[in-house]
Amino acid sequence: MKTRREFIKISAVGAGAAAIGLSAVNIAGLKLVNAANDQTAVSDEEMTSFPTYCEVCFWKCAGWTYVDKHKNIRKIIGNIEDPHCNGRLCPRGTGGVGMYTDEDRLKTPLIRETVNGEQVFRKASWKEALDLVASKMKDVANKYGPESFALFNHGAPGEHFKHLLHAYGSENEGEPAWAQCRGPREVGFSATFGSWIGSPEPTDIRDTNCLVLIGSHIGENMHNGQVQEVADIIGRNATIITVDPRLSTVASKSKYWLPIKPATDLALLLSWIHVLIYEGLYNKDYVEQYTMGFEQLKEHVKDMTPEWAYGITTIEPSIIRKTAREMANAAPAVIVHPGRHVVWYGDDSQRERAIAILNALLGSWGKRGGFYFKEAISVPKYPHPQYPHPEWSWKDNLDGKYPLSSMAITTELLAASIPEFEYKHQIKAWMVAGTNLPLTIPNKELFKTAAEAVEFIVVVDTMPMDITGYADVVLPECTYLERFDALRAAPHREPNIALRMPAVEPKYETKPSWWIAKQLGERLGLGDFFDYDDFSEVLDWQLKKMGTSLDEMKKIGIKMFDRKSGPLYLADGEEYHFNTNSGKIELYSTEFAELGFDPMPKFTKHPEPEDGFYRLIYGRAPMHTFSRTSNNHNLFDLMNENSVWINPKVAELWDLKTGQKIWLQNQDGIVSTFPIKVRVTERIRWDSVYMVHGFGHDNKKLTRTFGRGASDTQLITNVMVDPMMGGTGMRGNFVTFITENPGKEAEA
Amino acid sequence: MRYAMAIDTKKCVGCSDCVVACQTENNVPHGYCRDWIVENVSGAYPIVEIELRSERCNHCENAPCVRCCPTGASHTVEGGIVMVTHDECIGCGACIQSCPYDARYSHPDGYVDKCTFCQHRLEKGQNTACVDVCPTKCLHFGDIEDPYSDVSLALKNRSWKVLAPEAGTKPQLYFLT
Amino acid sequence: MKEELFISGRDIPNIDPFLNIWHWQIPLYLFLGGLAAGIMFFAGLFTIMGKEKEMATTVKWAPFLVPIALVLGLFALFLDLKHEMYFWRLYTTVRMGSPMSWGAWTLMLVTPLSMIWSATYLKEAVPNWNWKFKMIEQTIGFFTKKRREMAWAMMFLAVVLGVYTGILLSAFNARPLWNTSILGPLFLVSGLSTGLATIIWMSKNKTERRIMSQIDIVLIAVELFLIVHLFMGFLSATAVQVEAAELFLGGQFTVTFWVFVVILGLAFPAVLEILELRGFHIPIWIPALLILFGGLVFRFVMVEAGQITRYLY
Repeated sequence: MKTRREFIKISAVGAGAAAIGLSAVNIAGLKLVNAANDQTAVSDEEMTSFPTYCEVCFWKCAGWTYVDKHKNIRKIIGNIEDPHCNGRLCPRGTGGVGMYTDEDRLKTPLIRETVNGEQVFRKASWKEALDLVASKMKDVANKYGPESFALFNHGAPGEHFKHLLHAYGSENEGEPAWAQCRGPREVGFSATFGSWIGSPEPTDIRDTNCLVLIGSHIGENMHNGQVQEVADIIGRNATIITVDPRLSTVASKSKYWLPIKPATDLALLLSWIHVLIYEGLYNKDYVEQYTMGFEQLKEHVKDMTPEWAYGITTIEPSIIRKTAREMANAAPAVIVHPGRHVVWYGDDSQRERAIAILNALLGSWGKRGGFYFKEAISVPKYPHPQYPHPEWSWKDNLDGKYPLSSMAITTELLAASIPEFEYKHQIKAWMVAGTNLPLTIPNKELFKTAAEAVEFIVVVDTMPMDITGYADVVLPECTYLERFDALRAAPHREPNIALRMPAVEPKYETKPSWWIAKQLGERLGLGDFFDYDDFSEVLDWQLKKMGTSLDEMKKIGIKMFDRKSGPLYLADGEEYHFNTNSGKIELYSTEFAELGFDPMPKFTKHPEPEDGFYRLIYGRAPMHTFSRTSNNHNLFDLMNENSVWINPKVAELWDLKTGQKIWLQNQDGIVSTFPIKVRVTERIRWDSVYMVHGFGHDNKKLTRTFGRGASDTQLITNVMVDPMMGGTGMRGNFVTFITENPGKEAEA
Repeated sequence: MRYAMAIDTKKCVGCSDCVVACQTENNVPHGYCRDWIVENVSGAYPIVEIELRSERCNHCENAPCVRCCPTGASHTVEGGIVMVTHDECIGCGACIQSCPYDARYSHPDGYVDKCTFCQHRLEKGQNTACVDVCPTKCLHFGDIEDPYSDVSLALKNRSWKVLAPEAGTKPQLYFLT
Repeated sequence: MKEELFISGRDIPNIDPFLNIWHWQIPLYLFLGGLAAGIMFFAGLFTIMGKEKEMATTVKWAPFLVPIALVLGLFALFLDLKHEMYFWRLYTTVRMGSPMSWGAWTLMLVTPLSMIWSATYLKEAVPNWNWKFKMIEQTIGFFTKKRREMAWAMMFLAVVLGVYTGILLSAFNARPLWNTSILGPLFLVSGLSTGLATIIWMSKNKTERRIMSQIDIVLIAVELFLIVHLFMGFLSATAVQVEAAELFLGGQFTVTFWVFVVILGLAFPAVLEILELRGFHIPIWIPALLILFGGLVFRFVMVEAGQITRYLY
């Protein structure tokens, strides 16, 4: 069957040969880090260092890029002044060098073409590619209105392309971060405390006496600052309570590991609330002064006893009580951690509400060892004309659905791209910058149908990720080590900024996102929105307005500022206005009630696997992030594929051995394209299997990681959507094992 | 003066930062590593324990690899650090055979290589790359003969073990348990 | 269940999952070294006993193989080196703790010695041989008179060489299979036995063959005795050594070792030699070849299996 847009897997002869020729010349001229002549370590004195902040994950640790005399990047070390990392980068940051040296990097702009009936990519010049993209954008604006052009993005490129998108006249930008990741916790905490959790999380772990983790696997997720602080509290023997069906690394270091039955966390949380209230362990002064809705909550959890929860969760009532008492004992220096990737079963906003309520009862919000009041410094906006007001945006398309979504829902943008779904407003073209949608969005069929329906897709990326196979135009961005970007001004205990500057010239023909955005803007007649020649001018202007300069920042990398919003914590008895309807912490959510949702969380049973099927649980490994790093040679060396964790009793039933390769088939009959190695381990329950996310890449241009491991995203076809904010719950998928090769070709 | 390292297995999360930091600092070729992480799991679900260890050359006090080297390329320097002089090494592999910890490897360029306790950094008063990068600060390093060094203080008041003590090499890597 | 695994992706070539850094070059060298030691020992012995005429092959002809074997062995060793351009470093120092160093120097002495020994018999071997230079003629003549002294040196160095091939391995305590002092004597006896096998095969003299066979049977008996004690030692030692022994008692090397080394390489040839001595006519090349083959396989198995055994993981 001929599809309009075939997934282009193998590079065309023309483009491929030219690209190889080009890269061979470059390699010979550039003297890569591991070149044979350069054997010994180079001392720091013989290198120059440039400030940057890491782009491998969202934590954005600030660091120094060390470049040797031959202009090779040798290593990246953390900036000791940076509160995100305290001078110690995580393995991905340390391995960031591999992002720069990866020979599989996108090197030139590519344009899709049909040659002899086959769709291929051919090399193009920047001028040609940019002209094409701009003309398509103009087409869309003329035919359908600029609002029909959508942007999918993640990370630093987003800043530049959102600016372009807004100047162009659209507000349809979606980040997987909302509906595929942390959306529910923002909704749950916003309803309770009137404030998002945000990023990085304002959890005062270093001073806490009790850390409660609901499924959060700190230590395997490498949220750098948090891992550091958790290590500190392990050192001083603080209590950690981990609720996880799997023995995660942090669970193995916890005082209490609650091996909960999957999909039952809400019952546990509600029974904890019950214990705190009915045993009088909650923080009475705090609740009295700052909250409303206590009586309703008390009535609501009347029957949600530990005995009730035991039947659902398999956690013993005595443990439930014991752990509740530990939390209360430590209060207010206790954190019930909101987690980060919390789109599990579709009722996730309510589960996060329960977590928020627990924190409120313990009185940890705004207290030392609980949640501090974060502050970010506001970076002055470089002057530009006012953005045009778009006629419609993604919210209009929702038709009242998902009323609590504050950020666009990526899956909704995809659905709006498919005419058959008959959304009021149609999306006609995409730009995808820095996010690998095929390995991010569950229900791959939706993505593929949408990709085929839209008229034009332009992808901006550093690597030939799977998403590039769907593009009409591919624009190669240089890595974060080779470019300027917007200042990092993330919220923390103290406001601070970090500078990213290029350590070396961009390799091959790659360009920074700010340049791409500006070039497109100029072609679209929006030159006034990009009133500078080089982005460093923007940075210098901003920094001068903030009392420093680009020259100073180049020397120090990080600058701290004084807090202006008040102290980190609430003083005892201090008056405080919360940004909710009532001005108080809402144990009973008026916001939810108004919209017809349960004002207090209720437990709902979720579907369980059939005989012979096992719940698919996925997570992270500390040496990788998303699907972004699997080809990075430094990080590939640490972990080159994922494995499926199977309980020994189950392995015995199926006669599976560690190291054996099997295929996974889910409840909807989808079979993994690639096999995955078995790891028989006691760390996982007998009703579930576990695998690390981000492998099973299907693009041959990723020469190292193509076909290594299996993709969990591919097996997530049952999506449980959160009715409040559109989050795509992904943990309701079950797999069985296929030991013989099902003979599937690598699918499009 | 004797350099030693203490690894706090309670804090190590197995992130392998020490591995990649060593590789970028010391230009270790792809496919090779001077340090590595071992995960040990025991028990039966749900009573399960994990031990995580960051391992490397133990810079043994009674190093068999130094003893058996026919050319003297493998030698000990100040502080008890076991080093290999590249242009004295003939690549015979005797030292690799003699190491109970499998800490050495044959570098693609022919000589034998391994962890050097980042001697080039120690000379400048810096710490080893792995100790400096570890996000959980579970690696402690220093002169074990100095009671106030980081490693000596880490060993006080904590139970610890060494690997394969029966091999009789007097290893200088201590695992805090 | 217990798991112990690398989680940082460690997969070093030739080190993981099992050590395999010494390949065919080392066992071949050990075999050739043992063979050379065997021949040299008996050449020296029978020279001192004054039996040059009766044991011509032993004293005069078989030793021609020694320099060839040694040079081949050294070449194999050279091929094994991964940083071979620096091989000369071996001769810049003597390291008493390193059997490899002793071996390097011993070979430095043995090889020229064996060449000189054979050079003194070259005129008998090749009738019209002319040394061309008077200097060489005189030197060879000098050494020809010193055969007795050389014989003592050869015997001594042969024992050193034979034992050294075993001690080389047993010095590596980290490999439990090699960590036994029986290995030195075992390799020496095995080397002497392969030397004898070669002499017997080459010799046309019935008496010579008879005497050598008798010695060989005794040596094989000693070897079998040592092998039994080798395994008894492992089985009563530490856990890692018990595991090492199990490679041969049910593990992957069981068949290769007991069939090819012990039965075909030792016991069966010994039986054949006894039968020959009793009067049955056995084609001489059969036991000789089997002993040589068994000796070679023995060393291959020991080197490969030894690298697999370990203390950790």
